[in-house]
Amino acid sequence: MTSQVGRIAEWPHDPRPLPGRVSPRPGKILKPRKPLKTTMLLLRAIGLMLLLTMANLSPSEAAEADLRATIAKFATAANFSAIEAVVRELAASGDPMVERPLSALADGNLYIRKADTGVFVGKEAGDAVGLLDPLSGEKAADAAKADLTKIKVNNGLRRVIRDALGTLTLRAKDPGVRLAAAATMFKTPDAANIEPLDAAIAAETAPGVKALFKQARAASVLVSDKPDADKLAAISVIAARGDRDAVSLLTSVEASAQGAVKEAASAAIGAINSTLAVWDAGQNIWYGISLGSVLLLAAIGLAITFGVMGVINMAHGEMVMLGAYTTFVVQQVIRTSFPGLFDWSLVIALPLAFLVSALVGLAIERGVIRFLYGRPLETLLATWGVSLILQQAVRSIFGPTNQEVGNPSWMSGSFDVGQLAVTWNRLWILAFALTVFAVLLYVMKRTPWGLQMRAVTANRRMAASMGIRTPWVDALTFALGSGIAGIAGVALSQIDNVSPNLGRGYIIDSFMVVVFGGVGNLWGTLVGAFSLGIVNKVLEPYAGAVLGKIVVLVLIILFIQKRPRGLFALKGRAVEA
Amino acid sequence: MRGNFSTITKMLSAGVIAAGLSMSAPAKAADDTIKVGILHSLSGTMAISETTLKDVMLMLIEEQNAKGGLLGKKLEAVVVDPASNWPLFAEKARELISKDKVAAVFGCWTSVSRKSVLPVFSELDNILFYPVQYEGEESERNVFYTGAAPNQQAIPAVDYLMSADGGSVKRWVLEGTDYVYPRTTNKILEAYLKAKGVPAEDIMVNYTPFGFSDWQTEVSAIKKFGSAGKKTAVVSTVNGDANVPFYKELGNQGIKAEDIPVMAFSVGEEELAGLDTAPLVGHLAAWNYFESVDTPENKKFIDDWHKFIKNDKRTTNDPMEAHYIGFNMWVKAVEKAGTTDPDKVIDAMVGVSVPNLTGGYSTMMPNHHITKPVLIGEIQADGQFETVSQTPGLVMGDEWSDYLPDSKDLISDWRAPLSCGNFNVATGKCGGKGTN
Repeated sequence: MTSQVGRIAEWPHDPRPLPGRVSPRPGKILKPRKPLKTTMLLLRAIGLMLLLTMANLSPSEAAEADLRATIAKFATAANFSAIEAVVRELAASGDPMVERPLSALADGNLYIRKADTGVFVGKEAGDAVGLLDPLSGEKAADAAKADLTKIKVNNGLRRVIRDALGTLTLRAKDPGVRLAAAATMFKTPDAANIEPLDAAIAAETAPGVKALFKQARAASVLVSDKPDADKLAAISVIAARGDRDAVSLLTSVEASAQGAVKEAASAAIGAINSTLAVWDAGQNIWYGISLGSVLLLAAIGLAITFGVMGVINMAHGEMVMLGAYTTFVVQQVIRTSFPGLFDWSLVIALPLAFLVSALVGLAIERGVIRFLYGRPLETLLATWGVSLILQQAVRSIFGPTNQEVGNPSWMSGSFDVGQLAVTWNRLWILAFALTVFAVLLYVMKRTPWGLQMRAVTANRRMAASMGIRTPWVDALTFALGSGIAGIAGVALSQIDNVSPNLGRGYIIDSFMVVVFGGVGNLWGTLVGAFSLGIVNKVLEPYAGAVLGKIVVLVLIILFIQKRPRGLFALKGRAVEA
Repeated sequence: MRGNFSTITKMLSAGVIAAGLSMSAPAKAADDTIKVGILHSLSGTMAISETTLKDVMLMLIEEQNAKGGLLGKKLEAVVVDPASNWPLFAEKARELISKDKVAAVFGCWTSVSRKSVLPVFSELDNILFYPVQYEGEESERNVFYTGAAPNQQAIPAVDYLMSADGGSVKRWVLEGTDYVYPRTTNKILEAYLKAKGVPAEDIMVNYTPFGFSDWQTEVSAIKKFGSAGKKTAVVSTVNGDANVPFYKELGNQGIKAEDIPVMAFSVGEEELAGLDTAPLVGHLAAWNYFESVDTPENKKFIDDWHKFIKNDKRTTNDPMEAHYIGFNMWVKAVEKAGTTDPDKVIDAMVGVSVPNLTGGYSTMMPNHHITKPVLIGEIQADGQFETVSQTPGLVMGDEWSDYLPDSKDLISDWRAPLSCGNFNVATGKCGGKGTN
């Protein structure tokens, strides 16, 4: 069996030698930059040392000069391992001042000026870069991008820097930074960390940070050569944490330890895992609710056009897409003209998306659907055609590729509830879906317009005889359903691709929800969306995403056989008509 | 903003001109010009990726004509739109060959579209250049594969993750979209990892449907799998649209590249253009080309591309380079054969060597696959890849994987006297069958 990578072709007629960037052995890291003349730097270093001895500087100034000399070594570091050595040297100084250059390096903001090999923290602004002093952070100069070399980092280096920063920022002023430091040290236990952590625990006042410090210390104790009694105490501290990181740490302890420590670790893992199993079940339910809220948003507009009016609208997904593209356009305008408003972009996009989709819906109803009432097959084909037209129109205007819709800061990240990670965007979408549902319910049940809508649905001829202008009620109802789909698009742009195909993914699911929940009943749509979401997500970990979806479809087919009108069937004369 | 009006007008006019010429004077055209077929979807789900390849082909043909054409004749592009519809690919291929009498066709993206045109190309005896990385397990006389075979992308990527630089990964999640390319690639990778001594409980394989958007369960399963005290990485063959919500969920659940890196085989510069890349910095991709590669050839290619497409925000990517290599190889082979007759060109192709954009030369091998360097890149905040590792030399495409029991005895050599794409060295007979 030949090694596949080893099958390297050698072609004698290859007229050029391979370029210098290609390294001589597999997997070897490329040189991030050309090595610079070392002699010059040696001279600089010697000069600096002479200067130091002559000037007889105070200790702190001398320390700073040392740091500067170390930072200058970045300019000559030829590959990732050389850069790593410099990082370690900086970290070993233990001086909190090195945080600035190290953070900048991790973020890819540390530059070398080509002219004099000076190392700076850079702030990019278009083609120019503002250069700041790596230690003081004062503005030093401006330079063009072309005159600078960015110091490259890879994942390995980022890890080393993160660990180094963890130890350095234990005493930082900001409790958030201290918390992050403790979290890093927990993940990378090291016997050498025990002493600084002890000092930090003694000085710490915030209880949350202190607890995490103690856990980080316990983790470090487990990898040290302290006596077993200390280790057992450490295991109970970590076991109290009760999360996956604790399991991860204890698993590695279990693998390496002996005797009582090993047993205690196994027992702790067993206890944590049984608690986590309960949390896992809770997590699946939460994911199901979250998926349900997405289904509800996608289907709720259809619950009006299909559920209330009985129009099979295949262009429903495209209304969602139009809402998402409206969000994109709003964000583009905000990015170019009012960058400060970015966090408000979704709020601004909501009414606009409603208007855009509602107007397009109105045009479709007036232009196509009103001629086809009572002819479901023709309606289906006509709206399918409309959906293709809308898709291709968007493709022609915006291009076939995905558009970038950013998440405002309040929709990014996650927070923990017990052992459950709840992402902000999902939580907001759930709240938003429920709000939309409540508003819609109010409109349908408590406003004159809603009354007219329900009257027309229940008995069109009678409603017309009572003086309701049924064609206009039809048009406005369809516009309302489309507009709701548009604002669903604003929410969905936060979790899905904004591309011309966006609507395709939701149309089948939407129909499924409305049919399952019971045509013509908003509450049915709500219950249908959440039950389908939860069933889907509870099945997914066992059956996989592909099979899970098939099982849900089969269940719906069986259910519809039993109850053809869905969960909550509408009663009344109109239904028979 | 991509695909502005100028591109669309250009696309339309190219189509109109092509259609007009082919209808008005087929006989005359056959004498004065050499026709080149372009079979890429310009509408439907695959338009997102394939439209760019059509544009790059038009650019290459324009450049070749500016250099004086080929064999003293002008080249003429014939663009058809198979609309992301697999059976339509076969129809359009037939139309290109029988009606338009093209000398060669550049096209297809998905494996299923390629499989659908294979019978047409062997029946009508024409040439297809296929520019996309694929699952291997195939070698056809009429097809030249200029994208990567699994050993030119997947296996070096896994090797990198196993190395000290890549983080000495011990636990593997193989996450893919549910269709032929991820399934075959993951089969090969699973066999490879096991051959390297990775126990079965350290490998998790999971598939999701096309266009999947709710990744909560999968990402939390990855998180759970990664908390077993061993370094974990995700090898992703997730395709197209499903990537954006996947990466968004990873970012939201706080999975960082330093902890669990994701190595992707289907995410390139084009895909990243629709994403806020800040939370993705450090995640990886394996390709044979990155736009960020610093060579004079690549700089010229990017400049030409921006000039041609009249938009200097447009990125370049790996399949574009594959067409660049494939087109230049075809030109060279036609010059060598002195004719565009497919039979003679197919024979002349093997051994043809042309510069690639990463500073070396790519050569067509007897198995109709090419030699390429393999690059591993980390995603940067600006949406580009930074090369962190590169194979020392060129890697030759291996069509029949050595790690699958069905195909390990098979080889392909289209030169006389063997002239067989699936020769079984164990039985000494032509006509073996691989996986899929």
